[in-house]
Amino acid sequence: MILAQPRYSRDSWLDWSWVTDNTDDIYAATREHLVLTVLAVGIGLLISIPLALVAADRRRLRAPLLSVTGLLYTVPSLALLGVLVPYTGLSRTTALIPLVSYTLLILIRNIIEGLDSVPGDVREAAAGMGYTRRAIRWRIELPLAVPAIVAGVRIATVTTVGLVTVTSLIGQANLGQLMVSGFQRGFRTELMVGVLLVVIIAVVADLVLSGLQRFATPWTRRRATS
Amino acid sequence: MDASAGDVVNVISGAIGWLTTADHWWGNSGILNRTLEHVQYSLAAVVVAVLIALPIAIVLGHARRFGTAAINVGNLGRAVPSFAILLVAQTIWGLDELPVAGPITVFVALVALGIPPILINAYTGMAEVPDSVREAAAAMGFTPLQQAVRAELPVALPLILAGVRTSTVQIIATATLGAVVGAGGLGRYIIDGLATRDFDELMGGALLIAALAIVVEVGFAALERTAVSPGLRRRTVQVAATTT
Repeated sequence: MILAQPRYSRDSWLDWSWVTDNTDDIYAATREHLVLTVLAVGIGLLISIPLALVAADRRRLRAPLLSVTGLLYTVPSLALLGVLVPYTGLSRTTALIPLVSYTLLILIRNIIEGLDSVPGDVREAAAGMGYTRRAIRWRIELPLAVPAIVAGVRIATVTTVGLVTVTSLIGQANLGQLMVSGFQRGFRTELMVGVLLVVIIAVVADLVLSGLQRFATPWTRRRATS
Repeated sequence: MDASAGDVVNVISGAIGWLTTADHWWGNSGILNRTLEHVQYSLAAVVVAVLIALPIAIVLGHARRFGTAAINVGNLGRAVPSFAILLVAQTIWGLDELPVAGPITVFVALVALGIPPILINAYTGMAEVPDSVREAAAAMGFTPLQQAVRAELPVALPLILAGVRTSTVQIIATATLGAVVGAGGLGRYIIDGLATRDFDELMGGALLIAALAIVVEVGFAALERTAVSPGLRRRTVQVAATTT
C-alpha cells in the first residue's frame, strides 16, 4: 500500500516525516478500525442483551448458553477466520463474525452477573411499592446492573480493538494492516504507528466508557471502589 | 473467492479429504510435526509465565500489597494486542531458535501475554482469602509460610487455575499467529492456505487448531474438578479474560 520512500529512516522507530506525509492513509485505517470495533461490540450487545435477559430468569438456560459462547471464545481468531473465508470471502462480514462472537461470552456473563447482584431487599421494596415484575426488571434491576454491564462492555471493547488487528490478515484495511505492512517491509515507523494507535484507542475507549458509566449512574460515584 | 464457494458440503469434504491424506501428516511440514511445534511453543511459554507470575502473585497477594499495580499491569496487558507484541518482538529479535521453546520471538511474545491473567487471578485469589481462614491457620500454629502454602493457596486455587487456563487459551491462540512471522505451528496451514487460496488446507488447519484449543480447555475443566478441594467448588469467579 504505502510506499516507503528511501528518504524515510529505516532504523528509527518513529520517523515523523513519514507520519505527516501519510496522514490520510493513517486516518483511513484508524477510521476503519473504529468502525469495525463499534460494529462488533454493538452487534454483540444486540445479541447479548436479549439472551442474557432470558437466561437471567431461566436458570436452566444459563449453563448451555455460557458453554456455547465459552466454546466460541476458545477458538483462536485466526482459525475462526480461516473457517469462514471459504464461505464469506475476504469481506468485512468474515471479519465481523469472530469479533462479535468473542464479545458474547464477556457481555452475557456480565449482564447476568449484574442482574443477579441486585439485592433481594431492593426487589422486595419495589414490589411493595407496587412495581410489576416487568417494571422491576426495566426500572430497578437494569439500572442497578449498569456498572456490571459497562464493565463487560469495557473488556469487550478493549479486547475487540486488539483483535481487529488480526483481521488485516484477511485483507481488512485497518490499523492491523499498517502493522503487518510495516512488519513485512521491515519499516519500523509504519509498524509502530499501527501499534501505538491501537493501544491509544484501547486506553481512550476504556476511559471514555468508564466516564460514561459514572455519568449514567450518579449513585455509584461516592463509593470509592476501584 | 466469494459466495460461489458457498456450498458448505464441498468445503467440509475438501477439508476432510485434506486431513485424511497420509502425506499431509508426515515430514517437517506435516500435521504431526506442526502440532508438536504448536504444543511445544505453547507449553514452554505457559510454564515460564507461571514460574514468573505465580510466585510474585502469591507473595504480593499473601501480603495484600501492590494490588493496584498488579491489576494495572494486567489491564495494560489487555490493551496491547498480542499480535502487536509478536510483530514488534520479531522486528527486534528475529527467528533464532531457542532450545525446546521454539523461536525466541514467539517465546517472548507468548510469555509476555501469558503473565497478566495469571498475575491478576492469583493475586486476587490470594488477597481475597477470608480473614477467618488466615486467623484459623495462625491459631493452629502455622508459621506464615505454612499459612500461605497450606491454608491460603488451596483456597485461592480455583482462581489461580482460572488464570492459568485463560493464559493457556490465549497462548495457544497467539502461537497460531506465529506463522505470520515465519515460525512453525498449526497456524502455517491457515497462512499458507490463505496465500495459495487452498481452501482444503485452510479449513483443515482451522479445524485442527480449533480442536487443539477445545481439547486443552476441556482438559483444564477436568483438572479444576480434580485439583480443587470439594469444599470450594462453588466458586466460579473469572477475572480478566482476553482472547486472541
